This record gives sequence, structure tokens and C-alpha cells, in this order.
Amino acid sequence: MGTPDHAPGARVEFRGVGVRYGDAAAPAVAGVDLAIAAGTFSVLLGPSGCGKSSLLRTINRLVEPTSGTVLIDGVDVRDSDPTTLRRAIGYAIQAVGLFPHYSVARNIAVVPGLLGWDRARIDARVDELLGLMKLEPARYRDRLPRALSGGEAQRVGVARALAAEPRVLLMDEPFAAVDAIVRASLQDEIARVHRELHTTIVFVTHDVDEALRLADRVVVMNAGRVVQDAPPAELLAAPADDFVRSLVGVDAETRQLTLERPLIER
Amino acid sequence: MSYLLAHGDRVAGLFGQHVALVAASLAIALAIALPLGIAASRRPRAGAVILGIAGALYTIPSLALLALLVTLLGLGPVTAVVALVVYAQMVLIRGVVAGLRGVDPALVDAARGLGLTAPQALLRVELPAALPVVLGGVRVATVTLVALATVAAWINAGGLGVLLFEGILTQNDDKIVAGSLAAAALAIVADLALRAGERAVRR
Repeated sequence: MGTPDHAPGARVEFRGVGVRYGDAAAPAVAGVDLAIAAGTFSVLLGPSGCGKSSLLRTINRLVEPTSGTVLIDGVDVRDSDPTTLRRAIGYAIQAVGLFPHYSVARNIAVVPGLLGWDRARIDARVDELLGLMKLEPARYRDRLPRALSGGEAQRVGVARALAAEPRVLLMDEPFAAVDAIVRASLQDEIARVHRELHTTIVFVTHDVDEALRLADRVVVMNAGRVVQDAPPAELLAAPADDFVRSLVGVDAETRQLTLERPLIER
Repeated sequence: MSYLLAHGDRVAGLFGQHVALVAASLAIALAIALPLGIAASRRPRAGAVILGIAGALYTIPSLALLALLVTLLGLGPVTAVVALVVYAQMVLIRGVVAGLRGVDPALVDAARGLGLTAPQALLRVELPAALPVVLGGVRVATVTLVALATVAAWINAGGLGVLLFEGILTQNDDKIVAGSLAAAALAIVADLALRAGERAVRR
């Protein structure tokens, strides 16, 4: 499969990014400097409230930083109108948020429709994406979201996020609400999609195993700061501090062994 | 029942007037309540003020409001429609606010995150998702207006209330029964039709 004409992923860079909500005592994100290389799969990992979702949402301006700058391929995101920017960035969330009164096909076609693609191109793209997400187009195209299982809905959510060939895909705990078996297969799918498309993926999770399984780089966050930014193996072998050590936990050695086995073909 | 059978034409004519009064009032009331409800759901402080005013208007006794409006607008159906529009506001605005506030936040997050503008998100996602609750408000408002519109006959606005007032003045129980039955039938039919509508949009 694969789309040879697909635009490669973009580079995402945070420079001194801080986010403070209203008059909260502590900032949600505090001075994050981070570079995400084009085409990589980066996972923002940390406990709830560590600022990982806020940081993710500064990329498509759902959250505006109170300090610092976010750049995509060197261009400040504030140079783009927020809706224009968002149409060029994929967005998939835990609750999926499929529009309940739209069919699967219409849900996937939302962004291409906003971008003014013609009917034939949209239809072809919808079928291509359903195929990519292992959902038989003839069976799923006309279904309403309520007729989908949790895992199927999430696949459609990912297809919708990928519809307009974004160069960056943001995923906020996308698989947290499905059971372990479905989650594992969704993780396999997104890893495969990443290998095929080379879209830059920024993925938020609190699940250490998920992070280690999917990431090229794991960005561990705590209390609004990045505490370590490293490939999975390095994170396990050389945790930066006690927080990271306790996060990867006593199972670190087992996890390391798992990583060394060719379980994940990357 | 004898009046209804003997003067079916007249009852049908008054029934038609009644429907027209309610339909016109409802259409105008919705055109006002929809934007007010949207504004109220977006800004909690403005929302409290809007709902407070609508609630206060709702507590004015219908005869008192009609009498007051007659001093400003004179007798006739226009005055009655104004009064009915005022009464419908609270129920309709509440329905719109409750509907929009009840929309799954994830839907709104997804809509904005995909790049829908705020008006696009409202029209394509939020209002359709809020529709069953909004229609619930429309249903309650409709039934209320059918009942209230009988009072409109008191200010020469026509409708089924004409039979009730004539019946009281001339001690003609048949007329009262005919008017009551016709008004009740209208309320029941409207209620059932709108309930079916709610079910259809809920799917």
C-alpha cells in the first residue's frame, strides 16, 4: 500500500513554550524546549496533569502558549489563521468525537470538504483511508458512528485525522478508552501507518508500555517540564532521574528485554 | 357535542385561527429564542441575565400581560401574538441552552481541532447534537401556547377561546365543551407530532 505522493512529515519545534491557565498557581507547561524531527513518532509520556496534552494542543493552537513559540518547519504557528493551521494538522482524541449524525464516510470527509476537494477525490480518499485502517469500505462507508465498536470508531477517528494528508498528526490518548486487546491491534495499525506514510506523529499517553512500544523518542514530562527526551531503550537503560526511574518502574529490566526481542519490527 | 356537530364549519374556522396564532407566535418566538439561547449558552453571565428576564416575563399572569399590551398595541391578533411570543421565550431559551450545554465536549474539541470555524462547529455539530433537547423545548412551548391562545379571544384575536367566552356569557355548555375539546385535540396532536420528531432526530 502506501501513498508515494504523500508529503513527508514536518518538523515541530517548541522554544521556551509555557502555558498558564487563567490565574492558576502553577503553569501547566513551563518553558519547554523540544525539537521533534520530521517524520518521527514522538510520545509525550507522563502522569495526568503533567502538561502533555496542553503542550500537544499548542501545536494546533487549541491552546495558545502564554510564553514561547511553536514552529512547524520553522514557521511560527501564530503566522497561520488557527482554522487553516488545524486543517493541515491531523487530530485524534481519546473520545474520538465522531459527529454522530454523519456517516463514517462523511466523518472522514470533513477536512477534505472544508478544503474544497471535489467529490470524486473525496470519495476515493475515503475508501483509501478505510482500507488503510483495515475497515472494508463497502461495509463501513455508510454506517453511523453508533453502529461501530469502540475500536472501529477509533480507526475511523484516525482515518478522519489523516484524511487531508496532514504532515503532522496529533494523537491525545487515542487508545486509552478501548480494551487491552483492541488497544494492541490499534497500536500495531498506527505503527504500520507511520511506517507507510512517514507523517510526524506526536502522541500523548500516560501508558508507559504504549510509549515504549510506539515511540522513536519518548518525551517524559512532569509538572509542566520535560524531564527526559530519549529513545525507548535509553529511557530504560539510563533514566534521567528518580521520577523517570519510578515511572518506568521495577519492570524496567523486563521491558528492556522485551524491546531487544524483535517483537516490534521498526 | 351537539354544537360541534351542528356548527362544524364555525369550529373549524376558529380552530384554523387558533393554529395560525400558535404557529405565527412559535415561529417568531423561535427566531428570537435561538440566538438568545446560543448567546446564553456561550456566556454564563449574559445567560443568567437572559434566563432571568425570560423567567420574570413568564411569571406575569396572562390576562395582566394581555391587558398591558392592549394599552400599547390595541385589540387584535397582533397583540395576542406578541404576548404568546413573550411567554414562549423562557421554555424555548432554556431548551436551547440545555441542549447546547449538554453536547459532548469531545465533539466540540474534535470539531475545532479538525479546523471547523466556531460558526461551522455550531451549525454542523453542536446544534444537530442539541436538536432533541431543543425540540423538547419547542414541544412544551407549543402545548403551552395552545392553552394560552384561548385567552387571546378576550382581546378580539379569535381562536377557539371565542367559543369558551361565548359559552360562559350565554351559559351555553355545549359551546364550552366544543371549544375545550377542539383545543385539547390540538394540544394532543401537536404534542404527539413533536414527540415523533424528537424520536426521529434522536434516532
